[in-house]
Amino acid sequence: MSGAERSALIDRLSRSGSKGVLRFITCGSVDDGKSTLIGRLLYDSKLLFEDQLGTLERDSKKHGTTGGDIDFALLLDGLEAEREQGITIDVAYRFFATEKRKFVVADTPGHEQYTRNMATGASTADAAIILVDARKGVLTQTRRHTWIAHMMGIRHIVLAVNKMDLAEYSRTRFEEIHGAYRQAVASLSFETITPIPMSARFGDNVTARSERMDWYSGPALLEFLEDLEAGSGLAGQPFRFPVQWVNRPNQNFRGFSGTIASGRVQRGDAIVIAQSGAAARIERIVTADGDLDSAGAGDAVTLVLDREVDVARGDMIVPADARPDVSDQFAAEILWMNEAELLPGRSYLLKAGTATVPATITTIKHGIDVNTFEKEPAKSVALNGIALCNLSTGRPIPFDPYDDNRATGAFILIDRFSNQTVGAGMIRHGLRRADNIHAQAMDITKTERARMKGQKPAIIWFTGLSGAGKSTIANIVEKRLSSAGHHTYSLDGDNVRHGLNKDLGFTDADRVENIRRIGEVGKLFVDAGLIVTCSFISPFRDERQMVRELVGSDEFIEVFVDAPIEVCMARDPKGLYRKAQEGRIKNFTGFDSPYEVPESPEIHLHTADLSPEDAAERVIAMLRDMGRLG
Amino acid sequence: MSDDALSQTLKDYADRFASGQRSRARPLSAHLRALEAESLHVMREVAAGFANPVMLYSIGKDSAVMLHLALKAFWPSRPPFPFLHIDTTWKFREMITYRDTLAKALGLTLYTHTNPDGLARGINPITSGSNLHTQVMKTEALRQALNAHGFDAAFGGARRDEEKSRAKERIFSFRDANHGWDPRSQRPELWNLYNTRIRKGESIRVFPLSNWTELDIWQYILEEDIPIVPLYFAAQRPVVERDGTIIMVDDDRLPMRAGETPGTRTIRFRTLGCYPLTGAIESDAATIEDIVMEMLTARTSERSGRLIDHDEAGSMEKKKREGYF
Ligand SMILES: Nc1nc2c(ncn2[C@@H]2O[C@H](COP(=O)(O)OP(=O)(O)O)[C@@H](O)[C@H]2O)c(=O)[nH]1
Repeated sequence: MSGAERSALIDRLSRSGSKGVLRFITCGSVDDGKSTLIGRLLYDSKLLFEDQLGTLERDSKKHGTTGGDIDFALLLDGLEAEREQGITIDVAYRFFATEKRKFVVADTPGHEQYTRNMATGASTADAAIILVDARKGVLTQTRRHTWIAHMMGIRHIVLAVNKMDLAEYSRTRFEEIHGAYRQAVASLSFETITPIPMSARFGDNVTARSERMDWYSGPALLEFLEDLEAGSGLAGQPFRFPVQWVNRPNQNFRGFSGTIASGRVQRGDAIVIAQSGAAARIERIVTADGDLDSAGAGDAVTLVLDREVDVARGDMIVPADARPDVSDQFAAEILWMNEAELLPGRSYLLKAGTATVPATITTIKHGIDVNTFEKEPAKSVALNGIALCNLSTGRPIPFDPYDDNRATGAFILIDRFSNQTVGAGMIRHGLRRADNIHAQAMDITKTERARMKGQKPAIIWFTGLSGAGKSTIANIVEKRLSSAGHHTYSLDGDNVRHGLNKDLGFTDADRVENIRRIGEVGKLFVDAGLIVTCSFISPFRDERQMVRELVGSDEFIEVFVDAPIEVCMARDPKGLYRKAQEGRIKNFTGFDSPYEVPESPEIHLHTADLSPEDAAERVIAMLRDMGRLG
Repeated sequence: MSDDALSQTLKDYADRFASGQRSRARPLSAHLRALEAESLHVMREVAAGFANPVMLYSIGKDSAVMLHLALKAFWPSRPPFPFLHIDTTWKFREMITYRDTLAKALGLTLYTHTNPDGLARGINPITSGSNLHTQVMKTEALRQALNAHGFDAAFGGARRDEEKSRAKERIFSFRDANHGWDPRSQRPELWNLYNTRIRKGESIRVFPLSNWTELDIWQYILEEDIPIVPLYFAAQRPVVERDGTIIMVDDDRLPMRAGETPGTRTIRFRTLGCYPLTGAIESDAATIEDIVMEMLTARTSERSGRLIDHDEAGSMEKKKREGYF
């Protein structure tokens, strides 16, 4: 092949991708024709090999629902077998191309976890195709799907009124449905809503305009999608560059690699690091194909600054004159995606851009009913539930409201113990409280207070079943420490449950809040320079971990007071196990409420064969070894 | 291609990534640019989020693209992870030569591993059958190698378009401490926010080419001028035909059936796996351009030879996934 022919070939190929990639999602109730529509798009864009076509024709005759005609839905059947095996199919991605552009379709066939799956598919989609059966019209699901598309920031809706062949290709019916839809979703704003009358089965208005509906003058679905603007408007937003990886091959090069989340950057631009405010200019925009003069949203590049500034993964490079919010308090809509429900006060990991920080949901402001769009009161959020919440993070993070910027307003929540992705969040706005609290610089520091007491403060956290011996051991530890002249304080159920936490019960949510408050109080005592003993069943790893992270890494000593449940029940010092057995106490740990064993406690005491005095001595020996006793 | 010519080609390729300014003649097609950026993002997340990642390198076209992307993702640094090839000892000889020449030219850290138990038991694709061969020499071998090195993330070159059932695979696919894949414990993937958290012993398989199609791969190889194993290009090669499948006679380990003598035909491979499990196709496509042209017309072509090949390709890929990945 000659150079010219080669060039012509590349031209031809790149023309077919000249409009880049468009991602869309199809939504509809079962049997509205989603699979048929996607199958038809794959078929008409000639993405099938003949062997696949042969199989399709054979299968259509055998299993088809179309009386021997080609049943396009069968093209997607790879998932059917898995569905039968009970495997969750959440989102499947399909690919096809036309002369103008490439398409990625997110198909969410699952019915049970529909909200979660649809949100997953929608998170990267530029457009949503909402299918309606022309015979059934607008249903509750139609509203729900539209609402989720709206929440996930999709700006273009196609209302595909399908099965027009079964509604006599009636213009009146189509307009009736279109009108009802507009009314149903009037409170949601989209950039475009495009209604298209369609028959997926017979191909009307799918890839080409239908002759059977000459009253319709709009585009066929594919025509419309070919010309739609992709990228969710990120190109027009201010420049945002979350630093992914510090690129430092040698002493002479220090660059920051990442993907431009939004906007454009040009050589010479004045930038700041959002978190620290440190300023610099862009010296180079480096790629393996050579330096660029400018780069835009979606480009993966490496930036070199004109001076040394402190930059790490998780930082965000932004224009000096168009900065994002930087805060550790904000309000966000959270979609919950896990069987274990969202609990306010529990500590999760939050990943936004390239930053991962500890985070807690401080308040659930209200839940949202996705069918009616109504607010509803909520104390926790269950799987597939959505709520508007206030969050607080361990460090301030940079963000923009999700409505303005899908790339810098989104986050996921990760469970600290199971490492599962449990929630997805869309930041609505920052809460300014953080700024005011931070300003107070204290004159007398924690270090000074500790020095005056001749000790290093710490939290000694005793965890274990009721009756394992926590308070007994803690009590001896405290007595011995104070007779040796140390300054201590002791927190336990008796002095906390009756005062600070008397409004809390024993549900999972209340247990989490209980420990959170104790952790915060413990932290204040550590600030004051004290050695604090805390004796609480504290059954959940997450909460113990949360307290651990409140203080310095050498300031938290987890003591697992371990006794078999039979031993605890036999001891039953407060008669609680008996009450639990008689059903007079509910949610009793070890009985009808779980206890999560510590994975790597600093001290593990087997109290079945250790006296409380010896146990206490081991704790004190540990403190001494750690240098906490001066 | 002679060994010297191969050596020179790969050395020229390596020189393209030497430090200093690079520039390209024409911009990459818009959609490939988007796909490339997404893959680079995934690779950098892995480099930043895991302690000990590795890239599986299987010598084929997808691996060639994945390696190329890794060279670009961290440039001017080198890819901050080693490469691993699971060697079943039944790869075509040209593939092994290619692998070693490439690793040397690029100065890659390339580990190779062969399952010693399988070798001792004499497992091979001809008499043991392809299922057992795949299970022992690929799946078990991979597990051994991942455990031995304590890798916590492994890049693989699988694509969602390969088969219907792959369409739902995550980009970050979670494996428990026994390398098990539990569909129920897969994590939802929203936006480009990948969850890289694992506990000790667990690992993640990462598929940076998830959203690429076969045509995208070829087009990228064409536009980026990426060298690939010569077996992809048509040449006269010794073959036998069995049950409609063209099998290349790579060495004397392939037993001839009664009355069978190898003939010479102009063939190439669309997918490269273990010899003799991979069928060849008859084709004159001797350059990347030819291959791409062939791909474009194959979609509407009525020649049946290709269909058999496509079936072969499909089942080959499937095995790879069931076992190898
Ligand atoms: N008459 C008619 N039938 C259709 C049309 N689109 C889909 N169907 C049929 O409706 C049934 C359900 O379609 P399917 O695509 O499986 O729906 P899904 O559950 O939304 O994926 C199948 O029997 C299809 O053949 C259409 O436009 N007209």
